[in-house]
Amino acid sequence: MSDFEPKIVAFVCNWCTYAGADLTGTSRIKYASNVKIIRFPCTGRIDFMLLLKAFSNGADGIIVSGCHPNDCHYTSGNFHAKRRWIMFKELMDFMGIDMSRITFSWVSAAEGARWAEVVNTTVTRIRELGPYVSYKELVNKSVEEEVKNG
Amino acid sequence: MDNLILRAKELLENKTVQVVIGYEAGPTGVVRPAFISDPANADSLIYDERCVQNLAVYLTKPEVKHLGRIAIVSSLPVMRSIMMLISEQQISYDEIVVLGISADGVLLDIADLSVMQGYIDKSDLSNPVKYKELLAELKKLTPAEKFEYWQKELSKCIKCYACRQACPMCYCTRCTVEVNQPQWISVQSNAHGNMEWHILRAMHLAGRCISCGECGRACPVGIPCHLLTMHLTDQVYNYFKVYAGTSEKMNSVMSTYEPNDKESFIV
Repeated sequence: MSDFEPKIVAFVCNWCTYAGADLTGTSRIKYASNVKIIRFPCTGRIDFMLLLKAFSNGADGIIVSGCHPNDCHYTSGNFHAKRRWIMFKELMDFMGIDMSRITFSWVSAAEGARWAEVVNTTVTRIRELGPYVSYKELVNKSVEEEVKNG
Repeated sequence: MDNLILRAKELLENKTVQVVIGYEAGPTGVVRPAFISDPANADSLIYDERCVQNLAVYLTKPEVKHLGRIAIVSSLPVMRSIMMLISEQQISYDEIVVLGISADGVLLDIADLSVMQGYIDKSDLSNPVKYKELLAELKKLTPAEKFEYWQKELSKCIKCYACRQACPMCYCTRCTVEVNQPQWISVQSNAHGNMEWHILRAMHLAGRCISCGECGRACPVGIPCHLLTMHLTDQVYNYFKVYAGTSEKMNSVMSTYEPNDKESFIV
């Protein structure tokens, strides 16, 4: 397992975290390269189905990040997102799906160093957890069934 | 249920309503929904402990709306569904007459919306007791046991979407499962797609589910899918202190917010 490199998908908002990640780069701060950043207009736009799709397409971990409360470019998108994630987390916990693979965070456009820290801690945690075998098995089993049944 | 029959007859005879939706016993004794438009047929209406189906599901159907003004036999879950549908602007109270039935089977006089509001306000709105026990048992399991339990249950799913059809709150004319660009949920029944479907359904009903349990009763293979939405009903109350279907003016929990909503997992 020592050569396991976790695949992390980051869903970030355009106005804060994306700009923050940009600042990380322009500040020449080094951080783990495992993360694939997907830019969204707002955290309020991030549908929970997108997270499930990330897992089913092979992600081992997910980061969801946007503006701090009260800093949303659209005033309230992140508050709506917060409610959604509260419910999503409760449902996932109830169904026994591992929520420690998802990091939710607020990273502002000025927090370049913090973005590096969020990514690094997530990568370290996922590295310890290993590949998301149970979800991958679920998907593979379903694909095999589909092939078998035409 | 003589009072109910008399009231239904009266409403139909003086043309206050064009149809009464209630329950009747079918030829084999199985209770089924009844759509009565002729006062002479009102005698077949029954109400007893077998009458559990949530009839509010019919109120949003175009073919039922087309019939005219509707009187609907309503236990508490049906009244809450009606309240929820009014708050989501799917129906108007003027289109319907509520034939309220109390928990012990007595016909209530629901003269207007405020009376219905009053009745709902003084009722117990948490999940029914038998489901509370099941939920508590499930919550005691470890994450791995929970995963195994739900995988076992959801593997039975045949994607008939009876849970969706039976639900008064699932009234979208174009559901996410019918969208195929992109294809959110696989058409075939398989372990992964079934799980995604049930997560999606529960999430779309978060803060809107009125805990009638109709989805679980409708399921032909016996998946306790109502426990997913009821769990979220519990959690919505836990976090936001609201129950669905309690006011005509309530905002859906997931389409509103409070700046001080508490969570502990966002870093």
